[in-house]
Amino acid sequence: MTMTLVRRPGLAKVRTKRAPLYVASLVFAGVVVLLALLAPWIQPYDPNIADLGNALAPPSGDHLFGVDAAGRDTFSRLVAGARTSLLGPLGVVVFSTVLGAAVGVAAGWRGGWLDSVLSRGSELTLAFPGLLLAILIVSVYGEGLLAPVVALSVAYFPYVSRLTRSLVLAERARPYVAAYQVQGHSGLQICVRHVVPNIAPVVLAQSTVNFGYALIDLAGLSFLGLGVPALTPDWGRMVFDGKSAIQSGYPLSAIIPCLAIVLTVVAFNVVGERWADKVAGRTR
Amino acid sequence: MSDLLLDVSGLSRTFGDVHAVDDVSFTLAEGGSLGIVGESGSGKTTTARIIVGLDRADAGTVRVHGAEQTGTARGRAARLARARRIQMVFQDPYLSLDPRTSVHDVLRETLRLHFPGTDHAARIRELLDQVGLGTRAADARPRELSGGQRQRVAIARALAVEPAILVLDEAVAALDVSVQAQILNLLADIREQTRVGYLFITHDLGVVRCVTDDVIVMRRGRIVESGATARVLEAPEHPYTQLLLASVPRPGWDPRAIGAARRALAEAESAGAEAGGAKRPAAV
Repeated sequence: MTMTLVRRPGLAKVRTKRAPLYVASLVFAGVVVLLALLAPWIQPYDPNIADLGNALAPPSGDHLFGVDAAGRDTFSRLVAGARTSLLGPLGVVVFSTVLGAAVGVAAGWRGGWLDSVLSRGSELTLAFPGLLLAILIVSVYGEGLLAPVVALSVAYFPYVSRLTRSLVLAERARPYVAAYQVQGHSGLQICVRHVVPNIAPVVLAQSTVNFGYALIDLAGLSFLGLGVPALTPDWGRMVFDGKSAIQSGYPLSAIIPCLAIVLTVVAFNVVGERWADKVAGRTR
Repeated sequence: MSDLLLDVSGLSRTFGDVHAVDDVSFTLAEGGSLGIVGESGSGKTTTARIIVGLDRADAGTVRVHGAEQTGTARGRAARLARARRIQMVFQDPYLSLDPRTSVHDVLRETLRLHFPGTDHAARIRELLDQVGLGTRAADARPRELSGGQRQRVAIARALAVEPAILVLDEAVAALDVSVQAQILNLLADIREQTRVGYLFITHDLGVVRCVTDDVIVMRRGRIVESGATARVLEAPEHPYTQLLLASVPRPGWDPRAIGAARRALAEAESAGAEAGGAKRPAAV
């Protein structure tokens, strides 16, 4: 079977088969998710309380990662920001996976004109840059988390649907499907009970990879001021807010969220690709 | 003619220029066993696929107990009725079982579909017992089973539907010789117990000798010889049948002489075809 995970060229080089990187990535991703889940109990200060007297303070015992230009504790904002920063991509991944899998399964299983319509239709979406689509939708519907998530889901679903379609085509040709047909099972039953579970691991691995890309895109939107509302703690937003601090010769409050974004994306990519390789190795 | 279980007449199927099946007619008596023999590309598998409804015929009819099998079964009732007339055991038991579904679940799925509201657990034990599998095998996934065990599962699955006819498409070809013998004995026992009719698709003349009453020999989509198995194997009339018999390796066997005979047959045929002006597909 062909294994065609979509990779962006820049990040493809990070691929590795060495176990330590995978374990480290898995642990890091796990820690980030835990931080996001437990944010209200972990953050030492209210992430939105401005203590201007303390603005741009360097890291200390009280403020682990220092304080930003508005006097807010960077560590608290980082932990609270993990919530929005992970929730957005999660929404993108869930929406795009559900939509893409539905379209891909329908196109691959039914074939014929439905396949042509769905495949050409989703390829049309591919021609449109996802970030531009998001900017368009955000400028129409105003800022907030939902609009960019929906926009990026639409931009991401063709990757999922193309992969799903090719997997379904390969799976449909396997003799066990013919065996179930002879047994009198309906096409829908075979598809839902047997084909979909058999291709699911690969699709989910692709979705894990997509998670990283969605995180970067959403952070980019936030940086442009198009994502979440101004006061919400968010990593992309923090980089944006930290810009002015860089000019004052204090780059830490911008660099730390940047690092968080990059490391999280790499971690999800490594984990996703490793899962994909594992799935490919096990069943074929 | 109620004692005719299966009546195939004038079956034809072309793929492009190739006459895969060309005017094939045969009958199978109640509880009988018919072998279809031929080399690769002789059209025997296409014939089987048409009979079970996985492929459609360009012309000709397939009747079971006098009722015509239509190419595509529309609706649940028609699908189930067709499944109960004819079941199939596929060539490769490594591919014809869903790798994710355990033996127990495979059988329960089929029983649920065809016999809802009955005691499935008891019937599953009975089926496993019938094909010589212990109840211990019930929880196994296909990959935990040997080739012979998998083929027993495939046979049990086909028998679960209680079909009138069982089509066995090279059902022992993927198994090693000692396992082949076990499976053939099992099939002979099952026929004695259930009076199910067998349609044995094979290239192996030894298999035909073991389990069939009658045999038809196919070549390039046509039937070249038919008759009682013992008679055809003892005194083959058609040169192609003689060639097939001579091709079986044995002491004093000369592969070069077989090759020469094969070429002679092809030449004689192309000469005949030119004389007759009939367009035949190229020799395989």
